[in-house]
Amino acid sequence: MTYIAKPKVSHPGMPRNSLGLTAREYEGAVSTLCAGCGHDSVTAAIIQAVFELNIEPHMLAKMSGIGCSSKTPAYFASQSHGFNSVHGRMPSVTTGANAANRKLTYIGVSGDGDSLSIGAGQFVHAIRRNLNMCYIIENNGVYGLTKGQFSASADIGTKPKKGLPNQQEPIDPVSSAIALGATYIARSFSGDKDQLVPLIQGALLHDGFALVDVISPCVTFNDHEGSTKSYAHTRKFYHHVVEADYVPPAEAIKAQYDEGSAMPIELHDGSKIVLRKIESEYDPTSRAKAFKYLRERFNAGEITTGLLYVDDSRKEMHDLMGNIETPLSEYPLEKLQPGNAELKKILLRYR
Amino acid sequence: MASVNDVVIKIGTVNGTGSASANGLLMKSIFRMGIPVVGKNYFPSNIQGLPTWYEIRVTSDGYQARSNRVDLMVAMNAQTYARDLTELAPGGWLVYDSTWPRSKLLDRDDVTVLGIPLSKMCNENFDGARARILMKNIAYVGAVAALLDIDLDTIKKLIEETFASKPHLIDSNMLAIHLGYDYATENFVCPLPMKVEGMDKTKGHIIIDGNTAAGLGCMYAGATVGAWYPITPSTSLMDAFRSFCSRYRVDEETGKRTYCIIQAEDELAAIGMVLGASWNGARSFTPTSGPGISLMSEFLGYAYYAELPAVVFNVQRTGPSTGMPTRTQQADILSCAYASHGDTKHVLLFPCDPAECFTTAQDAFDFSERLQTPVMVLSDLDIGMNDWMVPDLDFDDSRIPDRGKVLSADDVENMEKFYRYLDVDGDGIPYRTLPGQNPKGSYFTRGSGHTKYGAYTENSDDYQEVIDRLLLKWETARSIVPEPEIHYSKFNKAGILCVGSSDGACKEALDRLSAQNISMNYCRAKAFPFSASVREFIEQHDVIYVVEQNRDAQLRTLLMLDCDADPKKLVSVLHYNGMSLNAEFVSRRILEEHSKGQAA
Repeated sequence: MTYIAKPKVSHPGMPRNSLGLTAREYEGAVSTLCAGCGHDSVTAAIIQAVFELNIEPHMLAKMSGIGCSSKTPAYFASQSHGFNSVHGRMPSVTTGANAANRKLTYIGVSGDGDSLSIGAGQFVHAIRRNLNMCYIIENNGVYGLTKGQFSASADIGTKPKKGLPNQQEPIDPVSSAIALGATYIARSFSGDKDQLVPLIQGALLHDGFALVDVISPCVTFNDHEGSTKSYAHTRKFYHHVVEADYVPPAEAIKAQYDEGSAMPIELHDGSKIVLRKIESEYDPTSRAKAFKYLRERFNAGEITTGLLYVDDSRKEMHDLMGNIETPLSEYPLEKLQPGNAELKKILLRYR
Repeated sequence: MASVNDVVIKIGTVNGTGSASANGLLMKSIFRMGIPVVGKNYFPSNIQGLPTWYEIRVTSDGYQARSNRVDLMVAMNAQTYARDLTELAPGGWLVYDSTWPRSKLLDRDDVTVLGIPLSKMCNENFDGARARILMKNIAYVGAVAALLDIDLDTIKKLIEETFASKPHLIDSNMLAIHLGYDYATENFVCPLPMKVEGMDKTKGHIIIDGNTAAGLGCMYAGATVGAWYPITPSTSLMDAFRSFCSRYRVDEETGKRTYCIIQAEDELAAIGMVLGASWNGARSFTPTSGPGISLMSEFLGYAYYAELPAVVFNVQRTGPSTGMPTRTQQADILSCAYASHGDTKHVLLFPCDPAECFTTAQDAFDFSERLQTPVMVLSDLDIGMNDWMVPDLDFDDSRIPDRGKVLSADDVENMEKFYRYLDVDGDGIPYRTLPGQNPKGSYFTRGSGHTKYGAYTENSDDYQEVIDRLLLKWETARSIVPEPEIHYSKFNKAGILCVGSSDGACKEALDRLSAQNISMNYCRAKAFPFSASVREFIEQHDVIYVVEQNRDAQLRTLLMLDCDADPKKLVSVLHYNGMSLNAEFVSRRILEEHSKGQAA
């Protein structure tokens, strides 16, 4: 239940962003998820990400479907509009919302059930349109609200609390997104906020479809011995290949990078994401190489994380169509119809 | 069978042979002569090869429905000769391509068979297989022109207009016209006793199909987001919207589009996009047909409960399931009225012809935004895809779109606190805010239980309070939807009640009945919930013939549910074979029921 409002008390010494807001003002209602749920850590990372990006709360739109993950938009950015839609349909609602107003920043929070089973079709097609949004999958391999059934991301051999291990091939959102042509693809872990926050920031600022797949363990149904989505398993097999550093607009890149290891990507607001290769052989700009690497590490049982693929050359949905920059919802209605005199001219062809 | 301006021409061809433009030319020529026409296209669910028919009813009375009589059959499809021949009324004429004589099949002695060697003539005069096939169609137009005395100059002018940008085609088309025309005049007594003569009854009228008019209406309503999944017979609505937008929706300054059409992956996504866009303040819509409504149902219930505008055009086709996708019905009335699980009901609008599609499209956006709920426009294949003669469309330049209760950033700023689902005005309609305006106006849109303040709830009383308030909104809807069209002939106790495309056949049936000294009153409901005057109309009469195009009497059921109408007085007249309704059927069925009533 999400009706418990969090008291808005902030310490006078709390840091403020350039809008004069504290991180508190990007919080939401008190979470009703289980204590220790990975999703709450993702929520905290989102709050830090939008706070640091100085996003005006009313210019952020929070979108979700159904499931534990999809409840989380109630737990951050209470001053932003939220749309908790129906199961698996967050991508279509976001597509329509973005069609109407392209000036908002869209953050969609979904889960592995919501995105890879019931909503697989919509997930795929949002990528195909290069819809400009940050799409977070809180991936725990199980259905929580219906009490522990495997989801489509469950790995072969992973054990449920009761019953037999999963034998079906998992759907991996990251390699799927690479195959489908998503233009910003990251994976992280709810337990690694340092890595997760800049990945979300880059995703929010990326001009196109940005996927952040976050391994976010379910403490109640999938955190036991033998589960491949548990905290312990994820920590053990977690493998960074490309880190991302967020550099705000008008700031110089201060960090020292080894030659050939850093790749800055300019974002539309003048800020930068600097890709930092940890694995020298990894190439986050090649779909083919990234795919091959990911599948090989996957077969070796590793969870490859970081900013795994970026293509900032492809146009997002509106630009592919040649649409006006002004939000369609703000375009004056009287300018959208040519009037009765013109109607009479149109009718000539029907005489 | 001599008559003037009262003839039904039916043309049987093969799908994919380009006969549509020839049939359009034929119909428009008669229309240009000032004579009212009705065009009906009967086509298969097929790209090429199956039989297809086009029916042109010439009606000096200006009736809107099809006639179930055929006077002149142009049988261009060898596959259907036999069937076409049986459909012909006694005393009628059959034209066929006598390049291949088919005397054996043409064995009715109460009709006149006119063989014209169309293929032979076209093969001699045109090069290339495609041109020969196309010109054969134009040649039968020429033959029919001679037989019915259609003005050749009118035909020529139409051809010149059609091919204004390809002048070399004007001569070849006119040559084809003359091949048919001259052969007919030289070999038969032309014109036939059943012919046309110029009138002045089409001035101020156009010929247009409902989907085009609805697409135009959407543009005039200021719709900016259209999402859809292709489905017959609704597809041409979005095609029309796209075509009008490509001309009129280009921003002068930037040259960029001021509209966004998204071909969705399915109807679930299409309605999701519409809701996302309307939540964000754009006028958005989706055209679909019955199967699409089934897929949209979950979201429609969401929109009802979360109170989001959405305009859905359901161009109905025959069901159940895939049914007959290219035939017409009014069989989605109940599935639309109550689409989705839980206590859900939706506002429906029933345009009766393309002219009303244009105005209803505009009204639908106003009602939907005013009421913050989905509004479904129930058109059908007959209205949507057939060519109708209707009065000129008019747009009121002073029309101010009703955007409903949307608070601006300033409105919100001046409020102490904004609550999304609070009924401030007592009409059951709360205020809403749009994203991107003011953080004070933020709220969380959800399909799960919520209080009047917009917060999540599992509290029984708080939940029920909102659900009950939606009923109040339903009554507000009842008070603002369009009033029915009602005609009282004279004092009597019987009435006909229908919706949508049944209008033309019902009105013609009223004339047929009154010719037999049976007069009845008439009510065409234009919306659900039914306004009070529909209920009154039912109460005023002892018997109401509810005419509708489905098997299960869905309109009658809806009247019982929404108007508490006495089932005993609602007598069903049901037509559901997929063909558009005709007056002969309606009057015959009413007479049968009427005489039963009198016997009792």
